[in-house]
Amino acid sequence: MTLIDLANPTKFLSLTARMLPWLAGATAILLLIGFYQAAMAPDDYQQGATVKIMFIHVPNAWLSMFVWGVMSIAALGTLVWRHPLADVAAKAAAPIGAAFTFLALVTGSLWGRPMWGTYWQWDARLTSVLVLFLMYLGLMALWRAVDDPARAARAAAVLTLVGALNLPIIKFSVDWWNTLHQPASVLRMGGPTLDKAFLIPLLVMAVGFSLLFVTLHLAAMRNEILRRRVRSLQMMQASQQAA
Amino acid sequence: MSLGPYASFIVTSYTLVAAVVVLLIIWIAIDYRLQKERLRELEASGVTRRSGRQATDIR
Repeated sequence: MTLIDLANPTKFLSLTARMLPWLAGATAILLLIGFYQAAMAPDDYQQGATVKIMFIHVPNAWLSMFVWGVMSIAALGTLVWRHPLADVAAKAAAPIGAAFTFLALVTGSLWGRPMWGTYWQWDARLTSVLVLFLMYLGLMALWRAVDDPARAARAAAVLTLVGALNLPIIKFSVDWWNTLHQPASVLRMGGPTLDKAFLIPLLVMAVGFSLLFVTLHLAAMRNEILRRRVRSLQMMQASQQAA
Repeated sequence: MSLGPYASFIVTSYTLVAAVVVLLIIWIAIDYRLQKERLRELEASGVTRRSGRQATDIR
């Protein structure tokens, strides 16, 4: 099966039906290993046991941006290449991305209270991630507001590409402005500054959460394809009844 | 394993992540069943796809 075959929703459904059990199994195994490693990780010399929040906060924060990146590529697929599954992918990803962003914000807040002395600070990193979360909600509202999926897809694609401008702002906010949030300690020039005792569980969790996203996204895409099938059959039924 | 004086923050974080992930899985599973059920009802009422294939045939 080639990539072009995946443009066919029926072939996509067939392929993903075979892939999903394996993906779900691999996700569960990786997350279990990650949670075990996180539980066994030593305390940080400054933060104590609260460093354990990092193992869930950082993967969710990475995914909050990664999912918007995936939606941006899908938006190009809708506007430029007119790929039949591009807007299905974008629509299915939005609620999952919103959930990851919500978790990044809340776990960051719960980590910030004991370490910074506050749940929230209007600094550049926190505020730009909050803006990302609001954009996810706006995008989901847009999808629901427009009845015709093709029209909704074009409007959502434009909004997604405009929203993508926020991604470099989030990433470099800690370098461009003086923020309470710490600078990057993994994805940075010169390599990670984290000790292996923290880095390995963090990477395992990051891969586990990424696989979780892929699994949930494919399953949500299948649902969206079925929803469109329902819609087209309902329209056929309505036109048959009218004739 | 001792979680120290801020155990409640750590436990709340992990519980919340687990709850949201479980909710996502349940929501997607329920949505799948709902769409399959609607397709079955439409097929039972005699509406068929232009290709002639069953709408619920997704494997």
